[in-house]
Amino acid sequence: MEHGDRGEIARMPTVSLTSDERAILAGEGGVATQIAARLLVRMAELMGAPRLVPIVGAHVDGCLYHGPVSIDFAKRLVDGDGSVRVDTTLNVGAVDLLHPELNRGDPERRTAGRELMRLYSALGCRPTWTCAPYQLANRPMLGEQIAWAESNAIVFANSVLGARTERYGDFIDIAAALTGRAPYAGLHSDEGRLATLHFRLDRIPARLAASDVLFAALGHLIGRRAGRNVPVIEGITQATEDQLKALGAAAASSGSVAMFHMVGITPEAPSLAIACGHRAPTQVIPVSLTDLAQAAAELTSAGNESLGAVSVGTPHFSLAEFEQLRALLAGRRVTNGMAFYASTGRAVQEELRTRGWLDDLAAAGVTIVTDTCTYLAPIMAPIAGAVMTNSAKWAWYGPNNLGLQVIFGSLEECVESAVRGERWRDAELWRDV
Amino acid sequence: MTFEGEALTFGQARAKTLVLDEPISFWGGVDENTGRVIDTHHPQLGASVAGIILVLRCGRGSSSSSSVLAECLRNGVGPAAIVLAEPDPILALGALVAAELYGVAMPVVVLGAAAYAACAAAGVLAVEARAVGVLAVVQVLG
Repeated sequence: MEHGDRGEIARMPTVSLTSDERAILAGEGGVATQIAARLLVRMAELMGAPRLVPIVGAHVDGCLYHGPVSIDFAKRLVDGDGSVRVDTTLNVGAVDLLHPELNRGDPERRTAGRELMRLYSALGCRPTWTCAPYQLANRPMLGEQIAWAESNAIVFANSVLGARTERYGDFIDIAAALTGRAPYAGLHSDEGRLATLHFRLDRIPARLAASDVLFAALGHLIGRRAGRNVPVIEGITQATEDQLKALGAAAASSGSVAMFHMVGITPEAPSLAIACGHRAPTQVIPVSLTDLAQAAAELTSAGNESLGAVSVGTPHFSLAEFEQLRALLAGRRVTNGMAFYASTGRAVQEELRTRGWLDDLAAAGVTIVTDTCTYLAPIMAPIAGAVMTNSAKWAWYGPNNLGLQVIFGSLEECVESAVRGERWRDAELWRDV
Repeated sequence: MTFEGEALTFGQARAKTLVLDEPISFWGGVDENTGRVIDTHHPQLGASVAGIILVLRCGRGSSSSSSVLAECLRNGVGPAAIVLAEPDPILALGALVAAELYGVAMPVVVLGAAAYAACAAAGVLAVEARAVGVLAVVQVLG
């Protein structure tokens, strides 16, 4: 027997449990909670957590159907009398429940997708069906411990809200919700949230600085360079939540970024020094206008293909984004035969209805998709040509998931292109003035 | 040659190896019905993970890989064991869920660098993980 490299293996830490946690692990909280506790404690050990931490909320992504295991697992929890212990929102499902006429693909898979959504609702989760739970009322606050799934939601919660979550996903998200606990490790702790990479932007031309493209391209570039590390960004003086959403979603697609700081903008970065915990970053990465233009160009996979459709709202479109969309359309409509999809949460759609905007948008040729998203569910009608989007996330996953080519551009470029029926570029956007 | 490692999940296996030259995301990278590698950028494209001992440094990418690994195990086209060089909670979770739902005990073990290198050069391995969280034993059989 050779035991030569035993020393290289970190010894498994023992997670210290409270009496309440030991009780649910022993089955005193019912079968479902026991299964959840078993998975959670095991994951805590794998993450190197010394203990669990109580959470105030959860966001669950397991409601998206992948196959029979999705159903078997949810059913086991429902049959075991599972009920979430904290306020729990649900991510997108595989079908649009409010616009059933939009759902395509295999009918059996659709039925299963719908059944899975029902099962997660039965566990006491709120049927929010959105990947942007941070757009809902009662979102978590600075310093609160949560367990969120869905990479864009995770990075937004950590970075913009200052709430604390690690990267959770299938199975473990609902396990956290059912136990009301998360492993105390990584981004749950002060130490894990400090920036180690410093991205320093050159002066950005004003027009670009105000656009959505800057943030998506920067996020894409950061994801590529940062991997799993926490970056801090310096050189941006103003950003809306939608722009920060675009940045985070992009960085969590091209990389595994779960948190970023932006000096003077995000709540845990009043200064560069504080974001880094008064330590020198391991690397300072200058970002030039050329780097950003290159990142944006990387997101376009299409060559000379004609424009086939436009898709926006990945992550889900906010009310403010619908306001911009209406302003850009300026009473015009999308050219005949051109599909224009906007994915959003059902809560935002309700707000559109209240404001009387739903009819305007329909008349302008905009198809609203709720409860799911065009990049992961068969929603879009057969498309002749490339799909244009202002979402780096859509551009990253769309080609592989759907076998389509992508044209990446600003929301204004998307709208103008849709109205004209052909690719339109804003010649001023990247001009260095 | 026998090595000790960390057992992320419980189980035993004895099978031929498939050594992956690059990390893989099961989501989008492995077909859950056939067990074949379908990631067109992966060097082992087309190889099958079914019934073999999968040797790879670490997993990659989406947390949905837990689901896809569990689907493979449910469909009987999952690996017999996974040998890693770095702990991977996403793959371990897929195996834990398959154990919980279907009683499939697929061991996932993590080895130190030298042991991993020896196993990556092996054609046949035996893996024994008697319980979660304790030492696993990996034996090179050929």
